[in-house]
Amino acid sequence: MHRRFTPLAAIAAVAALALSACTAGTESAAPLTGRQASQKAAQPQTVELWHGFSADSEVKAFEDAVAAFKTKFPHITVKLTKGVQDDQIIQAIRGGNPPDIASSFTTDNVAQFCKTGMFQDLMPSIQADKVDLNVLPAVVRSYTEYEGKRCVMPLLADAYGLYLNTKLMDGNPAPKTLTELADLAKKLTKRKPNGDIEVAGFLPSVQYYENTPSHLGPMVGGKWYNADGTSAIGSDPAWKQLLKWQKELVDWFGHDKIEKFRKGLGQEWSDDNPFHKGKVAMALDGEWRNAMIKNSGIDLDYTTAPLPVADDKPGLYGSGFVAGTIIGIPKGAKHPEAAWQLIRYLTTETDGLVTLSNALRNVPTTSAALQSPQLAKDANFQTFLDIFSHPKTNTLPAHINSVFNQDTFTTFIQKWEQGKVKDLDAGLAEVDKAINDKLKLAGG
Amino acid sequence: MAVLSSPAPPSRRRREGLRALLWLSPWLAGIVLFFGYPLVATVYFSFHRYDLFTLEFIGLENYRYFFRDQRAHTAIGNTLWLVVFMVPAQVLFALGTAQLLTKLKRGAGFFRTVFYLPSLVPLVAGTVSFVFLMNPSSGPVNQFLAFLGIDAPDWFGDPSWSKPGLTMLALWGIGNTMVIFLAALLDVPKHLYEAAAIDGAKAWRQFRSITLPMISPVLMFSAVTGVIYALQYFTQAMVASRVAAGVTDSPGTSFVPGYPGESTLTLPQWLFHQGFRDFTMGYASVLALVLFAASLALTLLLLRQFRAFTDTER
Repeated sequence: MHRRFTPLAAIAAVAALALSACTAGTESAAPLTGRQASQKAAQPQTVELWHGFSADSEVKAFEDAVAAFKTKFPHITVKLTKGVQDDQIIQAIRGGNPPDIASSFTTDNVAQFCKTGMFQDLMPSIQADKVDLNVLPAVVRSYTEYEGKRCVMPLLADAYGLYLNTKLMDGNPAPKTLTELADLAKKLTKRKPNGDIEVAGFLPSVQYYENTPSHLGPMVGGKWYNADGTSAIGSDPAWKQLLKWQKELVDWFGHDKIEKFRKGLGQEWSDDNPFHKGKVAMALDGEWRNAMIKNSGIDLDYTTAPLPVADDKPGLYGSGFVAGTIIGIPKGAKHPEAAWQLIRYLTTETDGLVTLSNALRNVPTTSAALQSPQLAKDANFQTFLDIFSHPKTNTLPAHINSVFNQDTFTTFIQKWEQGKVKDLDAGLAEVDKAINDKLKLAGG
Repeated sequence: MAVLSSPAPPSRRRREGLRALLWLSPWLAGIVLFFGYPLVATVYFSFHRYDLFTLEFIGLENYRYFFRDQRAHTAIGNTLWLVVFMVPAQVLFALGTAQLLTKLKRGAGFFRTVFYLPSLVPLVAGTVSFVFLMNPSSGPVNQFLAFLGIDAPDWFGDPSWSKPGLTMLALWGIGNTMVIFLAALLDVPKHLYEAAAIDGAKAWRQFRSITLPMISPVLMFSAVTGVIYALQYFTQAMVASRVAAGVTDSPGTSFVPGYPGESTLTLPQWLFHQGFRDFTMGYASVLALVLFAASLALTLLLLRQFRAFTDTER
C-alpha cells in the first residue's frame, strides 16, 4: 500500500507544483523610493520601452521625445520597441521577461492591470517625487486608476467631436442638439433613384467606425456604472433617450440601406475614409482625424464642433468622450527606478508632452501642456482641446470587465438597430443582468 | 512451432516491455506534457477564478455561469451548425471533385493542381480576399450576380448568409481532403469495377457497393478530422467578421466577435475572448472542457457509426 502510494503522492506533488507554477509571474521588483531610488536611477543603465505606435511619423515622434529625455538623463539609454499590443505585453509579464516600461493604446485593461498587479503601483514613486496628480483633469485620472490604485499614467489623450464637411453642409451651422442633428442628417442625405444612399448626412449606426456606445454616451450624459461597479445602463434613462433617437434615424434611412452603404465605404484608417471622400457630411471622430486629413494631402474643407447633445440637456454641449494612451511599469521590470524617471518625464513634463502632441496630434494630458505656447493649435484642433477641458467631459471609468461590458451593450444595440428588440426596457435589463453576472464571476 | 507457442519467460517479457516503453517514451512524454498536463490544468483552473495572475477557488461557480451565458450558447449553436452543414458539404465536395478528377483522360495533372492550389493560400489572406470578393457593394461576385439579374445577398453582413459564406470559403479550400480521396479512389482495384460491370451494376451501384466500402477508412478519417477542425473553427470566422464589420480597436472601442449579429461567433472564439480579453481564464477552462467533451463524444459517435457501416458492408 505504502509502495503504491509513494509514487502517486510524488506525482500529485509535482502536478500541484506545476499547476501553481502556471499562475506565478516573476516577483515584482518594486521601485525604490527616496534616496535609494535616486542613487539607483543615477547609475548608467538601459531601459526597454514597448509601445504600440507603428507608423513612421509616430515612431519618429516617440524617438524625438525620448531624445529630449536623454539630454536630461544622459546615463539612461532607452531602447524602443514599436508596434506592441497588449497581448504581447501580458505574455511577456507572465513569462517573467517584461520590458521596463509598456504603453497601451487602450484603457480597457487598466482595471485588470492594477487589480492583478500586472503593472506596478506607481503611488510610492509619485509621492516620493511629490508629483501633483491634480495637473491631470479628473476624467483622465478616472481612467488611469482602479479602486484607488494607480498603476499607469496617461501618456496622451484622445477627445471625440464632430467633423463637418463644409461643402456638404451647404451653409448649415453645426447642430447642437440631437433633434438638429437628425434633421440635418436627413436634409443632407442624398439617395440614388433606387433609394440607396449616395451621401449620408450622418450615419447613426453603432457599427460605423467611431460610433461606439462609449463615444455616443456623452451626448446624453449616459452613465455606465453604479458606485459598486454594477451596470447603470438599464436604470439610467439617458441611454433609453439615446437609443430611441438613434432608432428613429436608423429607420428613416432603412437599416438595410445603411448596411449596404456602410459596406461600400473605405477603411477607417486609410485615405479612403468616407469623410475624406465626401461620402458623409458629419462624422463622429477623434482629434487624430485632423492629422490624418492633413497627412493624406487631400484638399478637404472642413470644420469641427463638439457633439450635439440631448435637447433637454444643453449644459452638456461642449463636452465629449475622452480616453487615451497609457504607460506603466510591468511587474518584473528590471530597472523600475529609471523606468519611473522616463514615465514621469513623458507624462508630466510639459516639454515632453508638447513634443509628442505636436508630432502625433493627440491631446496633451496636463493643464500646463494644454496652455503651453509651444503647443501647435488651429481652430479645428482647438475644438478637441476645449472638449478635453470641459468639466462635463466623460470617459469609460476603469472596470474589471470593461471589454465584456462594451461588447454586451454594443451587441444589444446592434440588435436594437435591426429591430430585433421589441421591449427596450426588458432588453436593457438583460444587458444589466449580463454585466452584473459577469462582474460576480470576475470577483468584482 | 513449440517454441513460438510457449510463453516467454517473465524476465524476458519485462525486458521487452521496457524496451517497448523506451521506444514509445518520446511519444509518451509528448502526450503527458502536451495533452495530459494541460488537461489536468484545465480541470484544475475550471474550479478557480483565474485572471492569468491570481487564483481563487470558487467551486462550481464557473460551471453555473456557463448555463447563464447566452453568448456561449449562441457560440455552441454556431459551431454545431458548422459541424452539421459545413463538414458534410466539405467531405461530399472533396469526394465529388476527386471522383471527377479520376475520370479525366487529359489534363488531369493541371486540374489536380488547380483544385489543390487554394489550400496553399494562408487562411487569413484567403479569408480577406473572399470577403472582398463577396462585398455587397463593390465585390465582383455580387456585381456579376447583379448583371445576371440576381439579387445577391450581403454574404458576410447578413446573419442568415454569413455561415453559408464561410462554408463556401471552406469548399474553396478542400485541396488536402481532395488529394486524400483521390489517392484512395485510385487505390480501388479496377477489376472490381470490371466484374461489377459484367454483372450489370450501373455507376451508382458500383459507387455504393465498391467505392464507398473501399474508401470508407479514408471517409472516416476525413469526417473525424473535419468534425474536429469544425469544432476548432477560429481564424476564418474571426477574420471574416472583422473585415466585414470594417472596425478596428481604438481607445474606447472594442471589437465584438461574431459579426454580423453573433452569427459567426464560434466556441473557440468565445473561449479565447473569455481567457485573453476578459481575463476570466477559469471560465475559459470550462468552455475548453465543453469543447473537449464535444470533440470526444462526436469522434466516438462517428467511429461507431463507421464501424457499423463497414460491418454491414462486410
